[in-house]
Amino acid sequence: MPTQVLMPALSPTMEEGTLAKWLVKEGDTVSSGDILAEIETDKATMEFEAVDEGVIGKILVSEGTEGVKVNDPIAIMLEEGESADDIDDDAAAPAPAADSAPDGKAPAEAEKPKGADAAPLEIKSNASPDWPEGTELQTQTVREALRDAMAEEMRADDTVYLMGEEVAEYQGAYKVSQGLLDEFGDKRVVDTPITEHGFAGLAVGAAFGGLKPIVEFMTFNFAMQAMDQIINSAAKTLYMSGGQMGAPMVFRGPNGAAARVAAQHSQDYAAWYAHIPGLKVVMPYSASDAKGLLKSAIRDPNPVIFLENELMYGHSFDVPVMDDFTIPFGKARIWKEGKDVTIVSFGIGMKYALEAAEKLAEEGIDAEVIDLRTLRPLDYDTVLASVMKTNRCVTVEEGFPVASIGNHLSAVIMERAFDYLDAPVLNCTGKDVPMPYAANLEKHALITTDEVIEAVKKVTYR
Amino acid sequence: MATRKTAAKPNVSADELKTYYHDMLLIRRFEEKAGQLYGMGLIGGFCHLYIGQEAVVVGLEAAADEGDKRVTSYRDHGHMLACGMDPNGVMAELTGREGGYSKGKGGSMHMFSKEKNFYGGHGIVGAQVPIGTGLAFADKYLGNDRVSFAYFGDGAANQGQVYESFNMAAVWKLPVIFVIENNQYAMGTSQKRSTSSPEIYKRGEPFGIPGEIVDGMDVLAVKAAGEKAVAHCRSGEGPYILEVKTYRYRGHSMSDPAKYRTREEVQNMREKHDPIEHIRQMLIDGKHATEEDLKEIDKSIKDVVNKSADFAKESPEPALDELWTDIYADVAPQDEDA
Repeated sequence: MPTQVLMPALSPTMEEGTLAKWLVKEGDTVSSGDILAEIETDKATMEFEAVDEGVIGKILVSEGTEGVKVNDPIAIMLEEGESADDIDDDAAAPAPAADSAPDGKAPAEAEKPKGADAAPLEIKSNASPDWPEGTELQTQTVREALRDAMAEEMRADDTVYLMGEEVAEYQGAYKVSQGLLDEFGDKRVVDTPITEHGFAGLAVGAAFGGLKPIVEFMTFNFAMQAMDQIINSAAKTLYMSGGQMGAPMVFRGPNGAAARVAAQHSQDYAAWYAHIPGLKVVMPYSASDAKGLLKSAIRDPNPVIFLENELMYGHSFDVPVMDDFTIPFGKARIWKEGKDVTIVSFGIGMKYALEAAEKLAEEGIDAEVIDLRTLRPLDYDTVLASVMKTNRCVTVEEGFPVASIGNHLSAVIMERAFDYLDAPVLNCTGKDVPMPYAANLEKHALITTDEVIEAVKKVTYR
Repeated sequence: MATRKTAAKPNVSADELKTYYHDMLLIRRFEEKAGQLYGMGLIGGFCHLYIGQEAVVVGLEAAADEGDKRVTSYRDHGHMLACGMDPNGVMAELTGREGGYSKGKGGSMHMFSKEKNFYGGHGIVGAQVPIGTGLAFADKYLGNDRVSFAYFGDGAANQGQVYESFNMAAVWKLPVIFVIENNQYAMGTSQKRSTSSPEIYKRGEPFGIPGEIVDGMDVLAVKAAGEKAVAHCRSGEGPYILEVKTYRYRGHSMSDPAKYRTREEVQNMREKHDPIEHIRQMLIDGKHATEEDLKEIDKSIKDVVNKSADFAKESPEPALDELWTDIYADVAPQDEDA
């Protein structure tokens, strides 16, 4: 019986990919281990091998097709003795979705309402918009927006350079620095040895010496090796030198849980860095914020921690087409105005916040959703103004619960808007456990949209 | 006292010898005064004196040129004086006063001078080594021929980031001189008890970094080795290691009873290997200076040091609003006069 060849997931975070090239054609006999196709994932171009032997009966997805979803059928394989006539319509139809996605796809992702059947969220930007009305917009992934931000700033300032593991010849472990080596050369796009403590310290020295380094950590989990240089050398020198010397530089890279990479590779450091005077801390959600804030970070005369998220790199958003688009630090963005409750989040937490707001709207609860965007400086006023209006607040973040950003916001709201509160502020966070590997446990360790909805219902007494 | 022969026959003028004598004696007298002020409660916290090690920085500064950079650990007073920083500003920082180099906010271990290319003063053992390597990275990137001196001790030589720095400096041929000031004790732990190899300078070999051992009690030997290292770096050959054998007469910090070594050991170094006495003898024996000349130098130094102590006592404590300044820059200080 003909069998389907499905689009494979070739990285832990891959949701879709490009079928770059077929290396077989219809009628070819293949045996296991033969390379069938080249597939571009979110990280690299990978070779896709046959598992079984057989004959390529039909190619369903042609070469060069982009955005092929993982697990979509891409070809039909025939067993010996079968012919193309044996292929019926069913075989070419999409495979039924597996109950438990083997690639560890987040549940929220799988349940995402499709296309037009869900009412679109009413999304509004802050009082002063990030770009002038009428500006042309283009759709870009977070990954592309980050790269463009770096490229633009490197063009504008010769002292800006990028260093990190695999940033140059490999084009970035997560392809964020794609193309930068070609444009700027190996003097300004520098592959480092695997030596986080060393290259972080070296970059601090380079910043003292007049350069503006962008240090990419392959993930912020590895930045713990460099913590002393980030905190003691980069963040504190301006103060310790009485203002004579500082570290104008950016430490950036993916932060937080990816998918199925377990405890040592899944941690949100937002609260850690936000704790430190002398650092600025940015954690964007959308592509336009990623671009506008990274450009501001590179220009900032202080050390900036720029926390990205691997799961967000491939997500697309509108980005304004402007010569020089920046977003100032310390300005939250109101994604959705509402009157019943304030949901405050940042980074990937915004995904849960927005999904929850959408579902709550269906139940008649009108949530205001605020994206902090920067945690240091933090736009307290926007949060407080909103809470004074809604009288209720739920915070959403992926990090651990103890000494979280939500804890801090709760304290500030209590201090400055106590009389306005009609319910305690609730903090939705990741669970107080190291990240487990098992798919079902991981799902429970992370914050979920349902938990946000539940928290909102609690504070609105529904 | 036995007269020592200096390793390289000095090709130095009497004036240069006198300068080295002056610079080393300034550090010694300054440190003695700092110890005194510490005892009076005018200096607080940690205070690490450089007494005994003066020839290291004075010799290497004699090999450096305008625009070369230096960075060191928390035992940093000598480095600052040797590169020409103002004793008043250094002493006032020790007392935590407004007139200090860091406006009283850094203290003994954290001082900087953009003007003199002194990049600290770092309190975390070994952290200055990648920073010094990065200063060299910046110079190479900017295409000048400046050289950076990254000073660290025999104790720091066991930190991992030192070898991360060796590797990057070698791979990228960075113009950095790693100066291991081997005073033979990492706080209270002798090199024998803490360090697998007696010859630390050889630890650059696996990275392809040339290194040599230098008599750090002989300023002329240090200067000669420094000149060789500087020439190597400046010509684009990459990093160089100098292990400078030296000795600190005082404890690790002011609160160190120094029970880990004998009084005789210290006395022996003081009496037979003192770097300042060595130059003093050369000046007298070579008839480059009379006792009177040297007394004149001693006196002028005493004046400078006393003045710095007076300044450090009289300078007011920082204004309370200084608590809230210099946390974030509006303009990077490096860019201010660019």
